[in-house]
Amino acid sequence: MIGEWWAGFAPYVPGFLGASWLVLVLTLLSILVSWICGLAAALAKASRFAVLRRASGFYIWFIRGTPALIQIFIVYFGLPQFGLRLSPFVAGVLALGINGGAYIAEIVRAGLSAIPKGQLESAEALGMGRLHMMSRIILPQVFRVILPPVTNEAITMLKNTSLLSVITVVELTLYSQTIIATTFRPFEFYIATAVIYLAMTTILSQAAARLERHYARYS
Amino acid sequence: MAGEPLIRLRGLRKSFGGLEVLKGISLDVQAGEVVSVIGASGSGKSTFLRCVNVLEMPSAGTMAFEDFAFDFEEGARRRPTAAQLRALRSRIGMVFQSYNLWPHMTVLENVVEAPIRVKGVPKAEAIAEAEALLARIGLAEKRHAYPARLSGGQQQRVAIVRALAMRPKLMLFDEVTSALDPELVGEVLSLMASLAAEGMTMLLVTHEIGFAREVSTRTLFFDGGVIAEDGPPREVLRDPKSDRLRQFLKRVLHEHAGDAAPVVPLGLAGELAGEP
Repeated sequence: MIGEWWAGFAPYVPGFLGASWLVLVLTLLSILVSWICGLAAALAKASRFAVLRRASGFYIWFIRGTPALIQIFIVYFGLPQFGLRLSPFVAGVLALGINGGAYIAEIVRAGLSAIPKGQLESAEALGMGRLHMMSRIILPQVFRVILPPVTNEAITMLKNTSLLSVITVVELTLYSQTIIATTFRPFEFYIATAVIYLAMTTILSQAAARLERHYARYS
Repeated sequence: MAGEPLIRLRGLRKSFGGLEVLKGISLDVQAGEVVSVIGASGSGKSTFLRCVNVLEMPSAGTMAFEDFAFDFEEGARRRPTAAQLRALRSRIGMVFQSYNLWPHMTVLENVVEAPIRVKGVPKAEAIAEAEALLARIGLAEKRHAYPARLSGGQQQRVAIVRALAMRPKLMLFDEVTSALDPELVGEVLSLMASLAAEGMTMLLVTHEIGFAREVSTRTLFFDGGVIAEDGPPREVLRDPKSDRLRQFLKRVLHEHAGDAAPVVPLGLAGELAGEP
């Protein structure tokens, strides 16, 4: 029975591998975009200029208060009305990145505020410059504090790539749908798809747990 | 008391919003002086200390320290630049109430960070010097430990060593024993006493009246943002000129009278534990 099942599955293994690879690429690029948006928004939120603080507040409020799917539709179907026609891949990375950025901004802001003021002061009192304090004293501590929520964000991002199936990015979800349309075996193939997602998210969270243990040595 | 002072302050003022905390502080400190600063909370003594290394930028007044001459007035030509402030702070050590060791670095890394990366001391030399300093305070075997593994008293002594590793000309101590358990106060005070005995110039804000009397060469009483009394500790503390100081001493000594007697260096008894 297993042999029969595998015989039906085997022809699609290369396709699944390719689609999984695409999931990883989409996730990685979207995370990159989300960090750019997130750091910019976190900085803007701490800015001296009210305009920037407002803009950042609006961005975070809008993104966190609307479904990611609608945001993807706005970027892919909405922007062409203004002459900005993006490929599904680019639109997807952009939309997911902008979406994730709002969450990253909040995580970074919380991480920075978790570092006691005295940590900066003692560095300042020894004659350190801004860059030195940030790179050697503050960021290493912030990184440790935000590691767990950042991991969660990465896992969410990986799962959210499945939303891009609706704008014709042939990632894992859309790939399995196309197979199911010809094989009529939704249960097996959706389970297989779920297992692949699970494998990827598990590897991600295991790696993060290992990092956390590494940092736990000084607490 | 002759000669150029190590640091000269004139008319130092500091306001936060509309609240003027320092109302014109003028002070000369000679090299080797150990100046204790006492006063009620809100009297401006901590703000004053933070103005000396310009962690707080004074609103007005001037400062001369070694080759620096600053005028803090808004728009003044000699207002300190960021680079000057870094250079100033690398020569003035400061120790805080809450130690502020960096938790992600070992004891040794805490001590060598600034000498190597701010002063450019060669790594091997900085490590050798840090190890010698740590050995002096009996914490050599803790050099690879993270701060969280140390007691409060040990952390504070490491914080003092971290400041000393920069070979400062002046040390500022901001209520450095106030956060410590009473039984850990002694080890920190005795380290400070030995620094004073070696001739380190020190400015210390403290609630340890006994320590101020025994170790400092001069005591300032801050009241309402000005130096209300200034003189040798025995005179200032034994015969206060003002009612305000008399009341302050009575309050401080009374609060501490009920504390369990801690291990005290230099035969100081009584008024030891700090205010929270």
